[in-house]
Amino acid sequence: MFGILASIIDGVLVGLVYGLAAMGLTLIWGVMDVINLTHGTMIVAGMLALYLMANALGVPPYLTLPPVLVGGFLVGVALYWIAVHRMIGRPPLMSLLSTFAVNLVLIGIGTAVWGTALFNVSVSLPGITIDRYTFPGAHILAAVLAAVIAAGLYLFLHRTRLGKALRAVANNREAAELVGIPSTRLLAIAFGCGVALAGVSGMLIGTLFPFTVLSGDGYQLKGFVVTVLGGFGNPVGALLGGVALGLLEGAVTPFVPVSWTLVIEFALFVLVLIAFPGGVFARRGNL
Amino acid sequence: MKRICLLAAAATFAAAPAFAEDTITVGMTQSLTGPLNVDSLGQERGYEYWRDEVNAKGGIKVGDKQYKVKFVTYDDQSVGGRVQQLYTRIVVQDKADFLFSPYSSGLTAPAAVISEQYGKIMVVSGGAEEKPFMLGNKYLFMAITSASHYLSGAVEALKANSPHAKIAMVYSDDPFSKTVLAATAEQAKAAGLDIVMNESYAPSTTDFGPVVNKIISSNADAFLGGGHYSDGATLARQMYDQKANMKWVSILVAPADDKFGELGPAALGVTVPSQWEIQVSYKPQFGPTTAEFAKAFQAKFNAKPDYHSASGYTAGVVLQHAIEQAQSIDPEKVAAALNATDIQTFFGPIKFATDPGHHGLQIAHQMVLAQWQMVDGKLGRQVVWPNDAKSAPLLYPIPPATH
Repeated sequence: MFGILASIIDGVLVGLVYGLAAMGLTLIWGVMDVINLTHGTMIVAGMLALYLMANALGVPPYLTLPPVLVGGFLVGVALYWIAVHRMIGRPPLMSLLSTFAVNLVLIGIGTAVWGTALFNVSVSLPGITIDRYTFPGAHILAAVLAAVIAAGLYLFLHRTRLGKALRAVANNREAAELVGIPSTRLLAIAFGCGVALAGVSGMLIGTLFPFTVLSGDGYQLKGFVVTVLGGFGNPVGALLGGVALGLLEGAVTPFVPVSWTLVIEFALFVLVLIAFPGGVFARRGNL
Repeated sequence: MKRICLLAAAATFAAAPAFAEDTITVGMTQSLTGPLNVDSLGQERGYEYWRDEVNAKGGIKVGDKQYKVKFVTYDDQSVGGRVQQLYTRIVVQDKADFLFSPYSSGLTAPAAVISEQYGKIMVVSGGAEEKPFMLGNKYLFMAITSASHYLSGAVEALKANSPHAKIAMVYSDDPFSKTVLAATAEQAKAAGLDIVMNESYAPSTTDFGPVVNKIISSNADAFLGGGHYSDGATLARQMYDQKANMKWVSILVAPADDKFGELGPAALGVTVPSQWEIQVSYKPQFGPTTAEFAKAFQAKFNAKPDYHSASGYTAGVVLQHAIEQAQSIDPEKVAAALNATDIQTFFGPIKFATDPGHHGLQIAHQMVLAQWQMVDGKLGRQVVWPNDAKSAPLLYPIPPATH
C-alpha cells in the first residue's frame, strides 16, 4: 500500500523539476508569443554543462548551478538576437521554423562532437527510506532547488522593477513602450531567462538520470504537456502543471501496465485542451 | 555546346582506369547520424577493418583471380525510409555484388526487402530480430545469435544460482526487446522460475521512479529487461538509487557499452548478454584468433573492439569464406556455400538454418553473459556464463546498495 504513496511522492518530486523546465517554455511564450523549439536542446546543454564541469573539472555537482544559470541566460540572449528578434510580430509559424532550424543545427553539432553516447553524473546523497521504498537524496534536493528557483522567478516577476516591466511587455507591448519601457531589450532578457530555466532544469535532471545528447526531446514533449496543463504563458501554472504530471505518473503506474502511462498522459492532454483551451490555470497576457 | 560535350566525354574516359582491377563491391548503409550513431560505429569499424585486412593480403582468391574489396556506403540517418532508398541505389546504381546489413533490427528489416527483391546476398551482423528470416527469404544470412536466444544464458545462470528466483521483466516497447523478452518468459517458465511482473514501457520513458517502486512492491529479487542505451542505464541507476536490492540484474544492450561504467556502484553486478567479449577464446578454423583481432583492431582504431565490431568483422569473414568455397561471386553459388557453411571463427561457431521457415538464421553461435565486476579497483566486464567460456566467477547475489 505504501508503494502507491511512495510512487506519488516520487512523482511529485520529479514533477517539480519538469515544472521548472516548463516554466522556461511558458515564460517565453507568455512574453513574446514564441514557441521555443530549442528548449529540449537547452535542457541537454544544461545536462552537458553539469557533466563537463562535474566529471571533467571535478566541480561538486550542485555548485554548477550558478554558472549554468548565468551561462544559460547569456546563451538565451544571444539566441534571441540570432534567431528570434526578426521574427517578433510575424506569424507564429516563422519563429517556430526559425527555432526549429537552430535546434537542428545545435543537435547536429552535439551529435558530431559527443555522439549519442551515454553520460552519467553520480551524486551520492543519503536518501530517506521508509518501509522498503527509498526517496533518493538527489530527487529531494532537486525538487527543493526547483521550488526555490520557481519562487525566485515569481518574486522577480512581481517584486522587481525589471520583472514588472517584463509583465507589462507581456500584457501590452505598445502600451509598455509608450510609458518608456525598452521592449526589445526586455524581450531579449525574457528569452535569456527562459533558456536559463531550461538549462538549470537540465542540470537538475542530470543529477537524477543518465542522459544522451538526444534526451531533450522527451523533456520538451513533457514541457508542452505541462504548459498546456498549467496554462500558456503562466509560469506558476507551469510549476503546478509539472507537479500534476508527476503526480499523475506516480499515481497511475501502480495500477496499469507501465506502457499505458503515456497513453493516459496524452489522453488527459487532449481532454484538457478540449475543456480548457487555454490551460487549466490560464491567465494569458498576465504573467 | 558540342565542344562542352566533347570535353565532358574526354574527361569521363580519362577518369576511367585503363585496366580495371578485379573488385567486389560490398554495399551498406551506416547510421552516421541520428540516434543509432554510437551503436552503429562498432559495426562500421568491424566491416572496415575486414575490408582493409583482406585488401592488404591481396584480396579474396577466386580461381586465378584476386578480388579486392570495395565498399559503397551511405548515411541512413538511423531512419528506415532512407534505408530502402539507399539500398536500392546501392544495388541499381552502384552495382554492389554483396550487401552488409545496417545496424539494428529496425533498419535491417526494410533493407532485407530490397536485398531479396534484387537477389543480392545480405549478411546481417547488427539486427537480431528473427522475423525477416521467417518470410522464406533466400539471400539473407544472420551472422549473430538471434533475439530469442539473447537471455537464454541469463535464465540458465539464474536458475543455477537461485532455483526459486522471482523475476520482474520490464522492457522497452520496441520489436527487438519485445522479441527477446517474450522468448525469455517462455524459457523462464520452462525452467520453473516465477515471473512476478511482466511489463513493457514506452521507449521515450525518462523517469523510472514509479516503475522501480512497482518492482519493489512485486517482491521480485531478479530483474530482466531494458532496451537501449539511456533507458537501460536509467533503470540500473534508479534501481540502485531506490535500493531495490535486486540479487540479479540482466539488462539488454546498455551495459555492453564501456560508458556504462560511468554509473559507478550502480553498474556493479549488472549482467548483459553479449555476442562476444574480448575474453572469449574460441579456436578459429578461419580468420584470426581473438587475440590477433583485438591487437590489430586496437592498433588501427585506438579503441577496444566491442561485440558490434567483432560481429561486423565476422560478417566479412563469413562472406569471404563462402566466396572462396564457391570459387565464384555468383549470388546463387555463394548462397549455396553459405547454406553449407559450418565453421569456427574467433567470434564462435557459424552455421545457418536451411529450412524455408527459418532460412538464414544463425543456429551455431551462442551468446555469452558478461557481468560488471570490480577488478583491481576498476569496474569492467567479465564473462561469467557459460561455464566453459567464463573469465571470472559469477557475482551472486549483487551486494545491496551502500549509500
